[in-house]
Amino acid sequence: MTRWEQMPGFVAVREAFGETTVTIEAERIRDACLYARDELGFDVCVDVVATDYLGWGSSGVSGYIGTPDGRDINAPMTQGLQALPAPKPKRFSVSYHLLALRPGAPRVRLQCWVDEGERVPSVVSVWPTCDWHEREQFDLMGIVFEGHPNLTRLLMPDDWEGHPLRKDYPLGGEPVRFSDAE
Amino acid sequence: MTIATETPPRTRRWPIVGEPPYEGSRIPTRVPTILDVPEELRDSEDVFRVNFGPNHPSMHGVLRLIVDLDGEEVVGLQAVIGYLHTGFEKTMESKTYWKCVTYPERIDYVGYQNNELVFVLAVEKLLGIEVPEKATWMRMLLCELNRIHSHLVYLGTSALELGAISMFWYCFREREQILDLFELVTGQRMHTRYFQVGGLAEDIPPGFFPECRRFVEWMPKALDDYLALLDRNQIWLERTKGIGVLAAQDAIALGQTGPNLRASGVDWDLRRDQPYLAYDQVDFKVPVYPDGDVYARYRVRMDEMAESTRIVRQCLDRLERMEGRPWIADDRKVVLPPREELHTSMESLIHHFKIVTEGFRVPEGEVYVAIESPRGESGCYLVSDGGPRPWRVHFRSPSFVALEATATCARGALVADLIAIVGSLDSVMGDTDR
Repeated sequence: MTRWEQMPGFVAVREAFGETTVTIEAERIRDACLYARDELGFDVCVDVVATDYLGWGSSGVSGYIGTPDGRDINAPMTQGLQALPAPKPKRFSVSYHLLALRPGAPRVRLQCWVDEGERVPSVVSVWPTCDWHEREQFDLMGIVFEGHPNLTRLLMPDDWEGHPLRKDYPLGGEPVRFSDAE
Repeated sequence: MTIATETPPRTRRWPIVGEPPYEGSRIPTRVPTILDVPEELRDSEDVFRVNFGPNHPSMHGVLRLIVDLDGEEVVGLQAVIGYLHTGFEKTMESKTYWKCVTYPERIDYVGYQNNELVFVLAVEKLLGIEVPEKATWMRMLLCELNRIHSHLVYLGTSALELGAISMFWYCFREREQILDLFELVTGQRMHTRYFQVGGLAEDIPPGFFPECRRFVEWMPKALDDYLALLDRNQIWLERTKGIGVLAAQDAIALGQTGPNLRASGVDWDLRRDQPYLAYDQVDFKVPVYPDGDVYARYRVRMDEMAESTRIVRQCLDRLERMEGRPWIADDRKVVLPPREELHTSMESLIHHFKIVTEGFRVPEGEVYVAIESPRGESGCYLVSDGGPRPWRVHFRSPSFVALEATATCARGALVADLIAIVGSLDSVMGDTDR
């Protein structure tokens, strides 16, 4: 049984769908990652992913929702009663999916929450593989990773405006380019 | 002609194995994803910069490498990606789950069925839906065929780039047989969209089993052919042995998975160590080679093709006894009702209409599902707000991570070896850029 409470910057731990999510204070995510790597043996950071929760829960969901335990067809109903997802503490979540290379393949998700303009310490010095993952999340979601050696756009062109995966970035929002208009 | 199996060691300016690990840590952290020109060469006029790609015949798509060369030797390297970024993750946020299934396969267009599987598994994990046994085994069979297909494309193109043109034709001959099998089952050669949330889109067609058996009998002979063509070929050995070495701790630090990790001597396979589908019920070996060079990566994939063939055979044995069993879960809120019921049952018609127009709703939550795709750990991070569309989908693509290792592998390589190194990492640019 892992004592998640001892992690630096520990906020909360949650078990859902057979996965462990440990919420960490954003400023201390690097310490938590170091702890996870050196004390808990999570050798590999498989993924860094940010999620934008702007507008989360602004429209309720009605109708049949399947549940993992049992098929409760009557709640919530299509008529009137709506289900709202649980509110999130801040706009962005940054999740680090860690994997330990040992039998049983233990995994954990470290998660921190930031608002627009807040920075997250870079974990490139903990796992070199996070270099491109963090650049990708900076590029597409606009999360600034403090201390990253080369925080530039990775997938989009260097002169791109905006961060396409944000919820306020419209679908089809890019201008159409015609060569004769230049 | 004399055939030698050992290659003489080459002299190199830098040690082949990575720098010493940081003190007090299990993982070295000074593993570069960009290779900087060394201090003493920075002002040298001998160093010049060459731009490989994004359109270059040996770049497996649209990868761009900015290479600093000192004579023939690579002294600096930076991989630039993003030329095939298509915004799949953004697009999927506005589609219902039902429609989303077609997107993941187009992300990794060589290992399409594995990508399709990882997305479907993520949705199923949120839904908590039971998948029939027949669907599980058929998924496993197709994923293993897909693994062989992907490795054949790797082998054919890598050999082609090193001048072994005939390998390309041999590999694509067998690849064609696999595509024919896919077409037989799904109606499509690529991007099959055969996996459905809850099971399979259709029953396994009659005539598939004998055809697949024929392929399974044929494939070991084809593998022997490949080995005969390549493994005793002096040019191939010279071009692959000791080239592009990735040490085990560097591979772990760089997050490598799959064949690239196993070729560096790390015994790790999600199919065995974190079984999904029914991989705990089949017998297969995990090939591991310690050298970490291009040759080891080639050998791992060759052995994996043989093991995959064995898994396919075991799946066939099981599936042939499941004739007439259901291939998709019987959950009318998620799964389309059988086509013939639409003419007679009002309920079925309503369910069909609701699923196709609105889509089914998936419980609120976030999951990360990982499988062993042909290129390594392929993961899907899925967030649902309880509605019919995913709130956020993210794919952890093994190709993306594999390309991060280019710089470390290319330390001290010759420019001609760079082609072999990039080919051996086996990244698919669609998967890298998404």
